[in-house]
Amino acid sequence: MLGRTANGLFWMFRYLERAENTARLLDAGLRMALTRDIATAEEEWRSVLATTGQRAGYEAKNGTYTGMQAWNYILRDRDNPKSVLAMFGQVRHNARLVRNAITTELWEAINESWLLMKDQLARPVGENRVLETVATVRRAGTLAHGAMAGSMLREEGYHFARAGTFIERADSVARILDVKYYLLLPSLSYVGSSLDTGQWDQVLRSVSGDRAFRWLNAGQIDARGICEFLILDDRFPRSLAFCHAALRENLAALARLHGQEGDCHALMRDADTRLSSLGIDEIFDQGLHEFLIEFMSCNAAIADAIARDFRFLA
Amino acid sequence: MTGNGRYFDEMHNADGSVREAYSDYCRWFHEQKTSLLKRKHAEAETNFRKTGITFNVYGQDEAEERLIPFDMVPRVITANEWRRLTRGIEQRVRALNAFMHDLYHRQEIIRAGRIPERLFRDNAAWLPNMVGFRPPGGVYTHIVGIDLVRTGPDEFFVLEDNARTPSGVSYMLENRETMMAMFPELFMRMGIESVSDYPRRLAKSLAACAPSCSDGKPVVAVLTPGIYNSAYFEHAFLADQMGAELVEGTDLRVVDGRVAMRTTSGYQPVDVIYRRVDDDYLDPMTFNEDSVLGVPGIMDVYRAGKITIANAPGTGVADDKAIYSFMPEIVEFYTGEKPLLPNVETHRCAEEESCKYVLDNLAELVVKEVHGSGGYGMLIGPTSSKKTIEEFRKKIIARPENYIAQPTLALSTCPIFTRQGLAPRHVDLRPFVLVSPDRIDITPGGLTRVALKPGSLVVNSSQGGGTKDTWVLKD
Repeated sequence: MLGRTANGLFWMFRYLERAENTARLLDAGLRMALTRDIATAEEEWRSVLATTGQRAGYEAKNGTYTGMQAWNYILRDRDNPKSVLAMFGQVRHNARLVRNAITTELWEAINESWLLMKDQLARPVGENRVLETVATVRRAGTLAHGAMAGSMLREEGYHFARAGTFIERADSVARILDVKYYLLLPSLSYVGSSLDTGQWDQVLRSVSGDRAFRWLNAGQIDARGICEFLILDDRFPRSLAFCHAALRENLAALARLHGQEGDCHALMRDADTRLSSLGIDEIFDQGLHEFLIEFMSCNAAIADAIARDFRFLA
Repeated sequence: MTGNGRYFDEMHNADGSVREAYSDYCRWFHEQKTSLLKRKHAEAETNFRKTGITFNVYGQDEAEERLIPFDMVPRVITANEWRRLTRGIEQRVRALNAFMHDLYHRQEIIRAGRIPERLFRDNAAWLPNMVGFRPPGGVYTHIVGIDLVRTGPDEFFVLEDNARTPSGVSYMLENRETMMAMFPELFMRMGIESVSDYPRRLAKSLAACAPSCSDGKPVVAVLTPGIYNSAYFEHAFLADQMGAELVEGTDLRVVDGRVAMRTTSGYQPVDVIYRRVDDDYLDPMTFNEDSVLGVPGIMDVYRAGKITIANAPGTGVADDKAIYSFMPEIVEFYTGEKPLLPNVETHRCAEEESCKYVLDNLAELVVKEVHGSGGYGMLIGPTSSKKTIEEFRKKIIARPENYIAQPTLALSTCPIFTRQGLAPRHVDLRPFVLVSPDRIDITPGGLTRVALKPGSLVVNSSQGGGTKDTWVLKD
């Protein structure tokens, strides 16, 4: 497979995951905003924009936080290169680049979702359409992953696509946790307050983990339990442990196909060792923020090594 | 519905009865409810958009991907008509290859005084690098598209030879897929020659031209200028269907005297490149040094016989409309036979007497630039304003050798499906021809292009034309 094609597949799925995660956060923010007064809803929108790294861009353009303004910025603002529409445009761009390395099923899933999304986002999105639009984006991810699972050869291309998915997913879950823990709470006295609990609930919703978490914890919500669930519980498909286990499998498959290992495999082993040696108490002792920053930089280093090892660029 | 008598109607005889080629189709058509046909028509467009069969418009961003309009009434050709056409096409393509070889070697045809030397001296597509060089397998133009027009039951003319990089074959294939999905019963009822193995034939034909250094199964790659090229869809489609890599210039590099592509496990040699990049951009070391589309040094590898480039550099010479005007002489010179497919009568403005005739009859003629393509730089006398005609007159007087002129042909019509029912529109036909060292392979069908505006003679997709499926009937 061409290095350029591998790069295209990797990024196609990173952008797909990024678009989907942005939509998931928007969904969570929206549900929270709907149950709060205007002042606190403003906080929710600020946190959603902060988590997706769009806060500075938003504030440069808008003086105030209103729901309508915030979700339209996140979904479709032309000046926002991180908007859902821009991200999905990148997905389709990359899909076109690697058109002959993906199946017709996968291409059509992406292309049809793109046409639908472009249509739904052609005009500003009002209150009555925002949930529907978010659902379209989430469904686009489900469709694409389903089409890939059911039709793509388990060859190099598949593993690059999956590696892109899990690198991005791990990064975004870590980022959500970090923003929640480090930035959102005004002071320690809020820990355990209704504001705190509400924010944790939002975190769980944004990764579709609320139901699973309640099921495992008999309805109890606490910060420690949630962090343990999202970082270490390898049964949950959006936990850091799960993402890295999946990534490890894809990298191992690539090593088998190529008959050799590269830098990315060594970095992956280091990351695995670190993660499996830690319990949630050690992570909290070390400081959750510090742990997450280290995790993210390690994750990024693996991504860079993959690009080098497999000659993504000239 | 019948034609108005001035033009040959592919579907109807002059008396309004249905021509034999269309008898089964018309019977079926009249059994259909109009509402159902209208729905199918809308479905076809949705399907094309869904599968992403678009072409990009130059200079516009990705949002400007356009669909080429598709018409669901097929153009039907009988087995007999097709046999005659293929004989003529094969003869012509054989002559074209012999001509290219001669032009880049002994130039017998010029010594014999059958064509003037200025034809290649003035030709921008002429490549001195190719002089004395024999491409692998001796093939110059591996993939040819011959544009044909029809004016009567037995009158087919060649309008243009596309020997450089003919496009449109993906539309031939997708039009057929769409028709089979929409009207399977028609295909069960009528015997229609299949076109779907074109990609397999192309792969085989290209592999048969691999250089001698190729061992085992030749590695074939399609070279595209990239995602923003207007025909990118076709490049990706063909690579996909052939099971070949789709490469850009930046994926290729000369390694150990071979052209190699950058794969995830290092550089791997390529044997055959089906390039969709023009000569000028092929090798920045030989041609346009600013180009990033090509591969530095590929021409040296080529001249060393270590890679096949299809079509061979320098074949564009034959696309020139001044050369076209000499095709009857060229066919006779190399085959010793009269051409089976005639040219459209062509006046070369480079010749004084012809030029005078052209200037005196501008309002009736079609004037074309010798090196132009895609319907640009043309004058269609009968439908142009006095002002446009006078502008062209000045251009011709200033540079007569740059123009040829042809009579306005009474192009045949074939009905298209409109809201009001069937309506006649002018069509042409581009069959696709594959050349390998031992055979010439013509896919039974081709791309029928159709002018969508009533009365218009311009069928080019870049000028708003559409396409139709082309059916060659079995005996």
